[in-house]
Amino acid sequence: MEIAVKNLTKRFEQLTVLDRVNLKIQDKEFIGLLGPSGSGKTTLLRILAGLELADDGAVEIDGRASNTLSLDERRVGFVFQHYALFNHMTVFQNVAFGLQVKPRQARKSNAAIAQRVRELLGLVRLQAFEDRFPTQLSGGQRQRVALARTLAIEPKVLLLDEPFGALDAKVRVELRRSLREIHDTAGLTTVFVTHDQDEALDLADRVAIMNRGIIEQVGTPVEVYDAPKSPFVFDFLGHTNSFDCVVRSGKAYLGENQLVLDEGIRDGPAVAFVRPHDVLLARADRVQMHTGIRLRGSALVRFVSALGQRAVAEVLYERRLIEVEMTRETLQALGLQVGSKCTISLRHARVYARQEVEEQTRVAERAAARPRKRRRFRDRLSTLR
Amino acid sequence: MARANASSVAPALALSESRGVRATLIAVALVFFIFFLLLPLIVVFAEALRQGFHAYWSGLGDPETLAAIRLTLLTAILVVPINTVFGVAAAWAITKFTFVGKNLLITLIDVPISVSPVIGGMVFVLLFGLPGVFGPWLAAHDIKIIFAVPGVIIATLFVTLPFVARELIPLMQKQGTDQEEAAIMLGANGLQTFVRITLPNIRWGLLYGVLLCNGRAIGEFGAVAVVSGHIMGLTNTMPLHVEVLYNDFNFVAAFAVASLLVMMAFATLVLKTVLESRAALKSPSLP
Repeated sequence: MEIAVKNLTKRFEQLTVLDRVNLKIQDKEFIGLLGPSGSGKTTLLRILAGLELADDGAVEIDGRASNTLSLDERRVGFVFQHYALFNHMTVFQNVAFGLQVKPRQARKSNAAIAQRVRELLGLVRLQAFEDRFPTQLSGGQRQRVALARTLAIEPKVLLLDEPFGALDAKVRVELRRSLREIHDTAGLTTVFVTHDQDEALDLADRVAIMNRGIIEQVGTPVEVYDAPKSPFVFDFLGHTNSFDCVVRSGKAYLGENQLVLDEGIRDGPAVAFVRPHDVLLARADRVQMHTGIRLRGSALVRFVSALGQRAVAEVLYERRLIEVEMTRETLQALGLQVGSKCTISLRHARVYARQEVEEQTRVAERAAARPRKRRRFRDRLSTLR
Repeated sequence: MARANASSVAPALALSESRGVRATLIAVALVFFIFFLLLPLIVVFAEALRQGFHAYWSGLGDPETLAAIRLTLLTAILVVPINTVFGVAAAWAITKFTFVGKNLLITLIDVPISVSPVIGGMVFVLLFGLPGVFGPWLAAHDIKIIFAVPGVIIATLFVTLPFVARELIPLMQKQGTDQEEAAIMLGANGLQTFVRITLPNIRWGLLYGVLLCNGRAIGEFGAVAVVSGHIMGLTNTMPLHVEVLYNDFNFVAAFAVASLLVMMAFATLVLKTVLESRAALKSPSLP
């Protein structure tokens, strides 16, 4: 089903939770609403479900205003953040609920309901648990019961509120895959809410990134990651290093280097955002070819660590901590240790006006303010390694 | 050797109170329990049976006593269901919806508990009594409320009004509206949601509230004393009858009726325990 959100506004008392939000969701699309807490993403989802009424604007399902449709016509299934399973009913009864409360003429026979419930429990691999109560299940199993219970009413639209929020990392990835599979085989239109950018980018066809009641950007995971429209989106989707720069007559300068600049950024103070994997290091005492933009002066390595195949280093450059990510082989080849001097070059940077950056993110604070004491302790730790 | 023993025991002792403190605490608790809970019970039954079982039985068999028992049961049978319905409705409205005047309603529900029951009775005398607000009208239509059975029931209704609601409100607040919303999203209507989701979730709190309400409805003295007029065989409830008998130096009958009240209270407690343990066997999802 196609869903169109038009100029949706929602206020709680004085607070505007959604501010004229527009969003088009295609039939059979899998879309993620991504944002920090308080960004309005759950409110938007609840309005789509009909659990909350908007103060202004409309939600249209297949071109018809959703508040004129009956629950049966809307065919919307909702999976709650904490599952909201019926604790006094068994797994079987939970899944059967939606089939049993149908008006008598639309209700199937008990045998048909039982068969359908068992089918659904098979789909989420919980056949063996039909007589258990929700309190006797693990988090992942509860989540699957909630999913099966919602699928029982054969929804066309599936809405999920932080579906994997309360699960541990491994179960989370497993359930992501099976949710995607169910979405594809059942031909659903799915909208889910998450604050976890990995989850959204991994799972969704398109992602809508929300902040303070507005949608900052909508696009495929690749689009939003590669071309974040605002400093907020850039910062929210991953780790961010920032370098002060300046825009003069339509060109951005970082020191004497010129940066690639998007259109529409006015002359004045600006900030260049760089992902950790776009920062390249080289030893200061060796002459080396630099790719990208070579920064003046040198930096001091403050911290290195290797996590599996990835290596992370933190270097101090012009009184700012810069996070660098590389493969472990690169780190070994460079031979950098805590206390080494190095030079920095940037492979790719995105420039935003400084005012926007300060309004939307706290990147500057994070880069500068770090208690020195803790740093020393971590330095020592990494030397010991 | 003894030294080594002492030091190896020391950590365990350090975690609990010294023997003296423990003994004192247990003694205090025991004395309190005996004097304030056990002894009064024993006294009630001992006094009631002082002149033997026959005197006890005839004390209960008195027509005026039987009338008092009937009135008390009638009151409870009418009051408990009404206040249960009101309590559930009020708790449902307060916890699952937002509306203007919600806080006022929460405060008002507490009024019967916070004012003295005597004042509760007085209010109804002032409203329905002969010189009261509706007094002349009621008299003109020959409706008797004060010093009659309706007055007893109304006063009891007032006093026992908060019990169910007060028991349910915190419970339902804690449970939130997630499960109800889930039921609605699965296509259940309001009644189905209430009967199949809300009610089972609150059943223990509800049962407890109903039992408290029942206990108070049977035992209420102050408010009922004001409106009843102590008409023997007509508007005397059991607690009032106990007082009348006692003041008439009819101790055996007084304590016999009192023992009956105690047994009613016991019966409700036993009922509650049995229901709870039976349900605990059925479903492990109990709090």
